Amino acid sequence: MTAIETEAGTLQKGSAVGQSVPRKEDGRLVQGQGVFFDDVKRKDMGYLHFVRSPYAHATIESIDVSAALEMPGVYGTLTGDEVAILTDPFFQIAAPPGGHVKDYALAVGKVRYLGEPVVAVVAETRELARTAAEYVMVEYEPLDVLVDARAALADGAPVLHEECGGNLSYSGVWEWGDVDAAFAEADHVVSIGELHFDRFNSTPLECGGALVEYNRGTGQWTMYTNNQFPGFAAIMMGPAMRVGLDKLRIVTQDIGGGFGNKITSHPQLVVCCLLARKLKRAIQWTEWRTEFHQSMSHGNERWFENTEVAVKADGTLLGFRTKAIDDAGAYLRYEPLGGVIWSQVAAGMYKWRNIWLEFTQAMTNKAPVSPNRGYSRMQQLWFTERVIDIVAQTLDFDAVEIRRLNFVQPEDMAYETPNGCVYDSGDYPRAMDMALELIGASDIETRRAEAASRGKLLGLGIGSTLDSGTNNFGQSQLINPELQFSGNNEVATVKLDIFGEVVVTLGTTPQGQGHETTAAQVVADILHCDVDVVNVRVGHDSYWNSHAGFSGTYASQFAVTGLSAVKGAADMLAGQMVKLASMVFQCPEEAIELADGFARIKDNHEAALPFMALGAIPNANNAGFPDDPPTMNCRYVYRPPFDVPDKERKFGNLTLTYATQIHACVVEIDPETGVTEVVDYAAVDDCGVRINPQIVEGQVMGATAHAIGAALWESFVYDEDGNLLTPNFYDYHVPHALDMPPLKTGAFESPSPFTPLGTKGMGEGGGGGIHCICSGIQDALRAAGGAIVTDSHNPYHRVWEMLSHPERSRETIEVTSR
Amino acid sequence: MEINGTSYERDVPASLLLVHFLRDDLDLTGTHVGCDTGSCGACTVQLGDEAIKSCCMLAVQADGASITTVEGLASDEGELTPLQQSFHEYHALQCGYCTPGMLMSATALLEKNPRPSEHEVKVALQGNICRCTGYWNIIEAVVAVGEKGTR
Repeated sequence: MTAIETEAGTLQKGSAVGQSVPRKEDGRLVQGQGVFFDDVKRKDMGYLHFVRSPYAHATIESIDVSAALEMPGVYGTLTGDEVAILTDPFFQIAAPPGGHVKDYALAVGKVRYLGEPVVAVVAETRELARTAAEYVMVEYEPLDVLVDARAALADGAPVLHEECGGNLSYSGVWEWGDVDAAFAEADHVVSIGELHFDRFNSTPLECGGALVEYNRGTGQWTMYTNNQFPGFAAIMMGPAMRVGLDKLRIVTQDIGGGFGNKITSHPQLVVCCLLARKLKRAIQWTEWRTEFHQSMSHGNERWFENTEVAVKADGTLLGFRTKAIDDAGAYLRYEPLGGVIWSQVAAGMYKWRNIWLEFTQAMTNKAPVSPNRGYSRMQQLWFTERVIDIVAQTLDFDAVEIRRLNFVQPEDMAYETPNGCVYDSGDYPRAMDMALELIGASDIETRRAEAASRGKLLGLGIGSTLDSGTNNFGQSQLINPELQFSGNNEVATVKLDIFGEVVVTLGTTPQGQGHETTAAQVVADILHCDVDVVNVRVGHDSYWNSHAGFSGTYASQFAVTGLSAVKGAADMLAGQMVKLASMVFQCPEEAIELADGFARIKDNHEAALPFMALGAIPNANNAGFPDDPPTMNCRYVYRPPFDVPDKERKFGNLTLTYATQIHACVVEIDPETGVTEVVDYAAVDDCGVRINPQIVEGQVMGATAHAIGAALWESFVYDEDGNLLTPNFYDYHVPHALDMPPLKTGAFESPSPFTPLGTKGMGEGGGGGIHCICSGIQDALRAAGGAIVTDSHNPYHRVWEMLSHPERSRETIEVTSR
Repeated sequence: MEINGTSYERDVPASLLLVHFLRDDLDLTGTHVGCDTGSCGACTVQLGDEAIKSCCMLAVQADGASITTVEGLASDEGELTPLQQSFHEYHALQCGYCTPGMLMSATALLEKNPRPSEHEVKVALQGNICRCTGYWNIIEAVVAVGEKGTR
């Protein structure tokens, strides 16, 4: 039996950064001592259960809650009509027409997707709340249903939000370079009829929920929840509830995975708040798995129609045109930001200089979308990767060499893309070569022949992906010029307490990314102390922790925003410790150094103040100083250097860093069944300076599992009536232990020149897995009719269809050469 | 029933699931709920020497049983079991939500099969979903405990 301890004690001082320090978080989590929202209890709390729509599209004719209210132990209910009186519709990010959407916390007058919350019931127990919900009588009048974004944009389609005058939420043309000239210069033009990126999400194991209390004396709510972007939730909730943000205290400790899916829980939180006030008791809401699948945060489904690619005879890619049609689902909870986020990686990892893309987003009778790991960039990167492989196959280029030829090269860094984004650093050819070596690509033809002898089709796939991190929120103005968001920020405080404890608070909301550990590593190096000495407060508290408008954990940014704030605060504290020591020893600050947990005189190590003395003097023993001693309580706001993008040209730097991941795989397809098996897999990551390589590798492996699941098994499938056919883990198959192929990982570091620690945000590069499995399947099918992979999701029946009718997909591709 | 060596006697509704009895009535919140179809294994506890999903059993069905939850693994002084320590060393957890279930399934495996192969570990964990790690670090952490000959 061993007690938990980190490697920190054996580390050289000043070298915690870059080490795989075992995580500080683990001790409580392996003992069941984490505190997730559902673990928080209050006396006489009421359990909330939502009555949800059984229809995808219907008017609400009547609601009768009387039978439920008469049940002993039922505390109360809330309906959409009450919500419409007590709150205003949520602020809309969209300009008109999407900006006209009236979105409330419960359905008002109409339901627009199956599973939409209609009534909330609160009762003494979970079981009773669920039972009582069955007694709420709602009469509906069903309406025609839309489950296809393309159909939603057609004339005469049923309309979800009448006030929008149609189902269009956002449309814009994005053009950079000289596209017509590129096509005039091209030797070949490859046309691709339609590509489809499927609807899925990362399904964190913990569903949504909250414990909400209302303090009648102060008019303030406290929400113990798992929302991962409290700053966003607050600016959505406050105006809707007609209260200032100081009345909304959002607290998180441990969160059971997020992956972006827990950004848009503000409607449910509003319901909890209203009921906590109405019923004068704490409200406990825990979402059930089926509810999560039906209603929370699906990823953006997207079509790419009528794509044309301009290619030179040598394989140089000059430009492309495409029409993207995005499916936002029934409400715009974070949308239409997906309509601009894709443009962070408009050209992927390639030197396309001429791009024309019409982005159109429609609302449909499906669950609202919101960010999902790789949000909106994954779709665009998948598109660029599909285009490369389709061009390669159609024009008979080698899939590896055409990538190598067109990659942005290391000597091009920092590279400005056609739309003004700046790829900060990286070596894409090196990453690809490493990935190919890890999967043994050099003898792929031998393996292909060996597989063929067993009756299997073997293919090699490559998926290149960029993980753009640290958003410039000014990009929101490219889809709605009226918005007043720009830049980004994050906050940390680092202080020295009376007994010399180093205490760090963050504005972030970690969900497994190890912020307590990596923040401690950064602080330990700056203060020259052990990692174990640094106490990082767990989770977020918008009342007591410092935070800023963009605080949260999302969009691959902690290693830049969060740790730069930590570094800034720790640097300030180190300066104050040196200053205080110089005041005590009456010597110049230059004579003082921090070392081994002391502030000491450089050439007289006997003259040393322990952290305890440095903490105690200003806090509790401060008489007699000629000047005010430093406070030892340092707050730093990190603000990345951004300008507001040019709204006319849709041009500017949209994210600060670009981490690289290149995935490669070998797949085997059974031609009898269409089942794909991933037999070899490698992911190579370059995210600049790695604070903790083990945590980075963990993110890479986890994201890869998401990608493999999405490529082969996971899909939110709707029937024509808008019923979700995959509403739980029976029908929505996520990878299990037996499903995972062998994973090899590789890494190198191209430090970012733009960030204080040389770090880049990472964690969302898993999309590379979807790209490379599509690539591998298409390669394998070359020996069996040469079908083209046009969908991101390729379960066995779709592969079987490609095997049976390869001409169907091939016919969607045309080549014009001169 | 006896849970982690302590006897409990409660009157409970017939419809109460064992997992909600553990979490809500006894405040043993280390056991988690991740689905409503018995698919995810976050609620796994040990009943006798078997790993079972506590969402698939009514509390009354466990009347008289001996149960171990994740809270019963480490010593009162916080000394971790070798399996818990191995999870820590191999970075076998990120958010930690599936971890109690993983630990209970793996503990039951190791009691029956002290040196499981990689494949045997995968089979034993196939009823436990993890959405963070991609499983390999978990599998390696369990195999490593077996190779060291300590649970």
